[in-house]
Amino acid sequence: MTVVTTQPDISQVERPPLQPAVAKIALIGNPNSGKTSLFNQLTGLNQKVGNFPGVTVDKKTGYSQLTPKLKAQIIDLPGTYSLYPKSLDERVIIDLLYDPQSAHYPDLVIVTADASNLKRNLLLFSQLADLQIPAVLALNMVDVAEQEGVKIDIPALHKELGVPVIPMNARKGVGVAALKIVMTQQLEPTKTTFFEVPAELQPLLQNIKSRFGLKNDYLALQYAHHNKSLKFLGEEDVAWLDEQLEKADFHSNALQADETIARYTRINGMLLDVVRVEKAETNEKFSNRLDQILTHRVFGYLIFFTILFLIFQAIFAWASYPMDLIDLGIANLNSLIQQNFEGPLVNLLTEGVIAGLGGVLIFVPQIAILFAFIAILEETGYMARVTFMMDKIMRKFGLNGKSVVPLISGVACAVPAVMSARTIENWKDRMITIFVTPLMSCSARIPVYTVLIALVVPDKYYLGFLNLQGLVLMGLYVIGFLAAIFSALLLKTILKARERSYFIMEFPVYKMPRWKNVGMTILEKSKAFVFEAGKVIVAVSIILWVLASYGPGNNFEQARVQALAEAQAQNLTEVQTENLIASHQLESSYAGLVGRAIEPAIRPLGYDWKIGIALLTSFAAREVFVGTISTIYSIGEEENVSTIKEKLMAEKDANGDPFFTPARAFSLMIFYLFAMQCVSTLAIVRRETKSWTWPMAQLLYMSGLAYVMAFITYQIFS
Amino acid sequence: MRKTVEEQEGQKSVRDLKIGEQGIICCLKDPEMGLKLLEMGCIPGTPVKMNSRAPFGDPITIIVNNYTLSLRLDEAETILLKQ
Repeated sequence: MTVVTTQPDISQVERPPLQPAVAKIALIGNPNSGKTSLFNQLTGLNQKVGNFPGVTVDKKTGYSQLTPKLKAQIIDLPGTYSLYPKSLDERVIIDLLYDPQSAHYPDLVIVTADASNLKRNLLLFSQLADLQIPAVLALNMVDVAEQEGVKIDIPALHKELGVPVIPMNARKGVGVAALKIVMTQQLEPTKTTFFEVPAELQPLLQNIKSRFGLKNDYLALQYAHHNKSLKFLGEEDVAWLDEQLEKADFHSNALQADETIARYTRINGMLLDVVRVEKAETNEKFSNRLDQILTHRVFGYLIFFTILFLIFQAIFAWASYPMDLIDLGIANLNSLIQQNFEGPLVNLLTEGVIAGLGGVLIFVPQIAILFAFIAILEETGYMARVTFMMDKIMRKFGLNGKSVVPLISGVACAVPAVMSARTIENWKDRMITIFVTPLMSCSARIPVYTVLIALVVPDKYYLGFLNLQGLVLMGLYVIGFLAAIFSALLLKTILKARERSYFIMEFPVYKMPRWKNVGMTILEKSKAFVFEAGKVIVAVSIILWVLASYGPGNNFEQARVQALAEAQAQNLTEVQTENLIASHQLESSYAGLVGRAIEPAIRPLGYDWKIGIALLTSFAAREVFVGTISTIYSIGEEENVSTIKEKLMAEKDANGDPFFTPARAFSLMIFYLFAMQCVSTLAIVRRETKSWTWPMAQLLYMSGLAYVMAFITYQIFS
Repeated sequence: MRKTVEEQEGQKSVRDLKIGEQGIICCLKDPEMGLKLLEMGCIPGTPVKMNSRAPFGDPITIIVNNYTLSLRLDEAETILLKQ
């Protein structure tokens, strides 16, 4: 509170507090200016993630309790350097700010600015100020700037800008209380104009103003610049604007350039008396020294791959403990329910709904761990170095320096990996990364690989240490990686860029991570997965369960009777009888019917209808393959790999030869390597790309590729 | 930005700077990318210093307006320097 008294005018101006039900406040600022920290400080856990139409960036809104009686709705806008958007995601900002009729049109904007880089941060501020929207400048990291020898005369800055200036440190929460008090005031837009619109444009701007009922010259100028990209304008309006621009000989690029130069000139003059630099760039120097190691041509990559390995280990190994717990918890809950209740609805609840929910929750530990790492890498500024080091290599394949993280994480699980592609700003790069990531062999493929390799690859050693089975397993991973890289290359030529790909960005200095932001990221990503992708996963799991658990007519009862008769004839034990019943029932279920129906289509790959059933049920998750195979060959659920192997080896084809030949097994491995058989991945891709087009394209492409590759493999080996 | 193509050919750009070497921005060659660079503070007349290069020589970082900016070589090439 004491901070406020150092602010002239703010407390002196007596104005009634904001009256509308809930004030709408937009948070806007440069990337790395502490916007996210401030948003977290203002809203705490009161955040909601929603969608902006048409873009992949999330709409984060939250409520802030300003006074015991007064609440404000805060909307977090994507980081940007100006009001001339260079990426699709940034366009959200102009749609919001240029349509005074919009439901989200803010009553106030809080502009965050990094004190040690004030000049560039004020460019955006000056544009907002010229739009005559009431604004507050949250001058972030003033203490850090001061330590670095940058001294800012805050009262002088306040006088120059004509809006409240709140010095703060959003990381530590310093200044938040003062900001909240200012937010309760009825603020007026500044009276200062930072950029005078060229006189020769006045006739055009007058026309625009009268047509759209605008009061502000600069807003009218923005309509002229953005006539094509403003979503709220109708076709007629755009056509009218086009005609007007033509008549006025309006050159958007040249005018923008002149405007930016004029603004910088103005800001430079303004800051002469406001900012004093005593000694320069200590942090910069420290960052530079660190970079000599961290982006070194040898150590840089060594350190990076060590970090990647650590992340990979973490999602692979550490996540298995909470995952096992979730598994166990779901199993216990199910058996508890099954012991106490009976009936078909109980089965639907336990094996359908609860098992489906378990299939969603099981991903949460991996998502949480991966995003803990990613948030730390982003927060410290290391991610910028990763992009810096990998850009040249990855760009050749249509990928982005940041694609490395999703691709490597994809080896553990495609679901968190696809979510991590969010850090890639460029639309095309991000879509390509999301599209190819599921081709990396994820951990769910391992059970399939191990069972099949054990079946057909001899456990032999070469040169004393090269295990043949291990080599084959590694080969499968390499094929997956190559498939991802070459698919990226293919997409690079097919996909049209929607925006120019720039690398021009601030290279942030190294900072300590803000743990609160790390925690928020973990929470946000886990929630997004559970609530958005979760719905699809549970729904599909239930459908698959119904398909495998019910059959048409009284098929199921007949299968049971028949199995019992066979069991009696062969003198089987109780457990063996149960297994035989399960096998016969799966055979006569809807899934069994589908398996038989698709048999002609999969016969060229060497599969029969039994494998067809496994392919179908694998859509819930690939590792279900082993379970389905076990059921269908009446092996039972509790058996280990070597028992499954023995039983499968004993399986004979029509001629009495072993069914699982190397050709069949390799064809299956290749099929599982390429095929998109993961509902969870499809659901998360839909969420991340905000459309069904991408997951469907993935499903068709990967499954098509799987079919062709498995066909080739089967033909070669048989 | 008003220079003709012939004049630009022989002109030094940020791409040609050695590490630690400084220059003064004269003009921006690519009008569209120029807008992005202007917003980032690469205003004609501003001093710019080559700071570092990525292991394979591309991208690079430069210091402009007291902060570090990273960009690709073909982007740096569009920032022409005063002779």
